[in-house]
Amino acid sequence: MSRDRIYPDEPSGPFPEPPLSFEDRDGREIEIVPLDPAGDDREALVEMYLQFDPADRAQGIPPGQERRIRDWLDTILDDDCLNVVAWHGDEVAGHATLVPDEGAYELAIFVLQRYQEAGIGTQLMRALLGYGASHGVEKVWLTVERWNRAAVGLYKKIGFETSDAESFELEMTIRLR
Amino acid sequence: MKVLLGIGGSEDSVRALEQTVERARAADDDLTVAIVENPNADATPDEIEDRVRGVLTDADLDAEVRHVAGDPGSRLVDIAEEEGFDQITLGGGETSPMGKIKIGSIAEFVLLNSHVTVKLVR
Repeated sequence: MSRDRIYPDEPSGPFPEPPLSFEDRDGREIEIVPLDPAGDDREALVEMYLQFDPADRAQGIPPGQERRIRDWLDTILDDDCLNVVAWHGDEVAGHATLVPDEGAYELAIFVLQRYQEAGIGTQLMRALLGYGASHGVEKVWLTVERWNRAAVGLYKKIGFETSDAESFELEMTIRLR
Repeated sequence: MKVLLGIGGSEDSVRALEQTVERARAADDDLTVAIVENPNADATPDEIEDRVRGVLTDADLDAEVRHVAGDPGSRLVDIAEEEGFDQITLGGGETSPMGKIKIGSIAEFVLLNSHVTVKLVR
């Protein structure tokens, strides 16, 4: 099912490299750091996804049920993937990931419901792309359900352009260098 | 029940074949397998037919197998409506490296246009 994706000619950015911290619009201190696969980060992520509202699932992810969540995390926390986590104290507020795919990377981002609409998604996206760029990532793509206007707006603001509007989901791409 | 399975050779369509054959045996469904031309699949129609016949033989199920030329989605809908099928069955989508489910273009067309019940197999 591979076909050639269209990427913007011009690179976007520069994006800031994590770690970075900021105060969100609700006054919470948020710290964005690359995921440490060896530490307790994985368990904290499982905890976030167990609390995740199924209404915010997109194309089947994150899955429900702890067993499926753990299987899925095994895939996206693999050594060749790039992950950043937004922490509020010792709780995960959000998570964004780049998964390699034939010379490019597929992106996904999740912000826990009680942390949404506070500016965390924008910072998390920018930090992930900064982290990716510093690791040599050139091309990134994602799909988003076309009715998810908030997400589409965020991706456009960051620099993503629509590359395929023919299916149920929009496909968007960005070039980092 | 009279079931029309569309198969174009993608991984999810092969999974749909296996589950549908199993289900047809259990429920005594009247199954027709339509081999369509999926431009996104690597297998040729003849290779798909071999695969289909193999699965049918293993399951000891008698089913009609036919090749369908032309636009896959619209042909499946036409056949199902003209020949009085109760259900069209298709693969339920491939997953991206991330694990996102993406419904194929044939399934999209059939879902939106069929007046016959559609089943997507996961």
